[in-house]
Amino acid sequence: MGTSAVRVAKGPRAVLLLTFSGVALITLCALSMAFGALGVPLDQVWHTLLGNPPNARVDTVIWSVRLPRTALGLATGAALGLAGALMQALTRNPLADPGILGVSAGAAFAVVLSVGVLGMSSVYGYIWFAFGGAFAASVLVYVLGGLGRSGSTPVKLALAGVAVTSLLFSLTSAIALTDPDALNRYRFWSAGSLADQDQEVLLRVLPFLAVGAILALACAPALNSLALGDDVAKSLGLRLGPIRVQGVVAVTLLTGGAVAVIGPVVFVGLVVPHIARVLAQLAGLGPDHRWLLPLSAVLAPCLLLTADIAGRLIARPTEIQAGILVAFIGGPFFIALVRRRRLAEL
Amino acid sequence: MTTELAPVPPPKGDADPTPTRRTGDRLAFRIPVPPVSGVVRPRLLAVCLLLSAATFLAFSVETSVGDIDLPVTDVMKALVGVGDPGTQLIVHELRLPRALAGLLVGIAFGISGALLQTVTLNPLASPDMMGITQGAGAVVVAGIVLGRDSGLNTQALGLLGALTAGLLVYVLAWKRGTTGYRIVLVGIGIAWICTSITDYLLARGQRFQAQAALGWLVGNLNGRTWDQISPLAITMAVLVPPAVLLGRQIRILQLGDDVAKGLGTRVHTVRVAVLLISVGLVAFGTATAGPVAFVALAAPQVAQRLAGTPFPPPVAAGLTGAVMVLVSDLAARKIIPDTELPVGVVTGVLGAPVLLWLLIRANRAGSGG
Repeated sequence: MGTSAVRVAKGPRAVLLLTFSGVALITLCALSMAFGALGVPLDQVWHTLLGNPPNARVDTVIWSVRLPRTALGLATGAALGLAGALMQALTRNPLADPGILGVSAGAAFAVVLSVGVLGMSSVYGYIWFAFGGAFAASVLVYVLGGLGRSGSTPVKLALAGVAVTSLLFSLTSAIALTDPDALNRYRFWSAGSLADQDQEVLLRVLPFLAVGAILALACAPALNSLALGDDVAKSLGLRLGPIRVQGVVAVTLLTGGAVAVIGPVVFVGLVVPHIARVLAQLAGLGPDHRWLLPLSAVLAPCLLLTADIAGRLIARPTEIQAGILVAFIGGPFFIALVRRRRLAEL
Repeated sequence: MTTELAPVPPPKGDADPTPTRRTGDRLAFRIPVPPVSGVVRPRLLAVCLLLSAATFLAFSVETSVGDIDLPVTDVMKALVGVGDPGTQLIVHELRLPRALAGLLVGIAFGISGALLQTVTLNPLASPDMMGITQGAGAVVVAGIVLGRDSGLNTQALGLLGALTAGLLVYVLAWKRGTTGYRIVLVGIGIAWICTSITDYLLARGQRFQAQAALGWLVGNLNGRTWDQISPLAITMAVLVPPAVLLGRQIRILQLGDDVAKGLGTRVHTVRVAVLLISVGLVAFGTATAGPVAFVALAAPQVAQRLAGTPFPPPVAAGLTGAVMVLVSDLAARKIIPDTELPVGVVTGVLGAPVLLWLLIRANRAGSGG
């Protein structure tokens, strides 16, 4: 709790930081519209978006391929970044990410189940399975992590997540190993890609992502109290149960939606909050979740779009899936960051 | 329990007249002639004895069950070299390598996980999360998919991958010393990079290659031979004793580097030794059986909750790992008739409920870390 003078001084710096990240994101969106099998100069992209396409081909490419793909990267990236930041704060564990709370494993299991056992073959069919699987798994983790004498603790929650994840991973591999079709679909879905997804898929999950984002941002002030420890948070008048439930619901909606569409893209939710905290530290801001959550939501799509653009450029005429390149780009960056400074601990 | 033997300063003049004293869950004892003193945790001791019995039982059943079920007594006779030659052949050439692989891999993963979790102060720190198994996975899958499998076998590739990843994690985490925290985070970075390499290879490989690769990636004990057991056995003979002896030093690290230094612990030496031991155990274990999922993470946590200790006890963790792998392998062979599932598919299915059950009834808040 700083004095009001400090808050006034920090506000503009936080806005500046968010603005810079926003500019980076807009630049990346523009690049994402421009690069690909058909290179479109930036001014043509601009004119096409305003309704004066230079030719019909550019018009089609921008409106039916590039724009949906970029929007997908924006929406799912922001969702994963928010979810990661929220989860690390909720569990007070710097290693927490949506993968750890069982969300991705639940989605993956449901996809393999729907393909292998129910013979589902269309994306529209299995996104709902993925979503349902993500939801069921995170509710299960949350309930299991909260049962017992000592109630829910960050460590119990994280361990319950890992336990459920391995249980589901085992079942997923059992199905995938005995059913070649399920394995085949699973290995492409699990690589994580923004390509070949049409607008319809995004529009179907967008409402869930939006509700999740609102719930997540509404948690932010409470997360600041929670960061001081359960006891202090309680004495500040915070009711831990409701805020944890709200957080878990938000994480489930955000990751469930994102993972259902683009596959279990790992790393974004884990790394981006760390990067956001370091940047906030460099800007002289404290670990205030009212800034960290929006910052993560802006930085995460930057990472995802960079990976997607790089994947299109590196392996022309084919593509490398964004999910794979995220780790290639984010990994070394993350390690460099860990080496450079002592990461802001939670 | 040898790990719990803590040297007590020799009595000065007015020695405590009571030979044993109970403080909390520990029992301190002192025998005047010969002068021996130490601390034991009776519950830990009891848990270790029970786990040893369970390991022995699982090992015996593992050697007697198969395409031809043999009576345990016949197996015992065959083990010491008497009885029917046919039985001896089956036991020595088929059953024993598989059971020993399960036993050794379980112990190696359990001890390694316990050491890593203690030294990094994080219950989620296990070779599964820190790039070591992923490194092995990426190199082996590369071998399978890129067709280099013929020259080097998967065992050598797995060893190469695990050691490279372990070394990389350590080198990249080194900056005028290392901290547990930095090692874990760098490890996670390496883990995800390796995972994405594996995913890429799986997606670009042929169907049958993907299936073979996935079969290795979940961990498998099918068709182990003596050639694969011996390197692991030798490694463990070298690495396990120092791991057990270092137990006390490792726990002193938990008090923080400064306190540990003040108590005369050589912090960096201990940390390097612990990392070397855990990477070595995991590397050879993974080379033998693949990265059997979940054992290195769950076994120490299960052992810690069974023994009621504030840290994962290495020996009990090793035994828990052995029970997990052996029981899972039995289940993998017997659950679906005529299908041999890889053991790693079952370790998660059997291990996860146990860990969850222990988590739910854990009696002290935050006892996980």
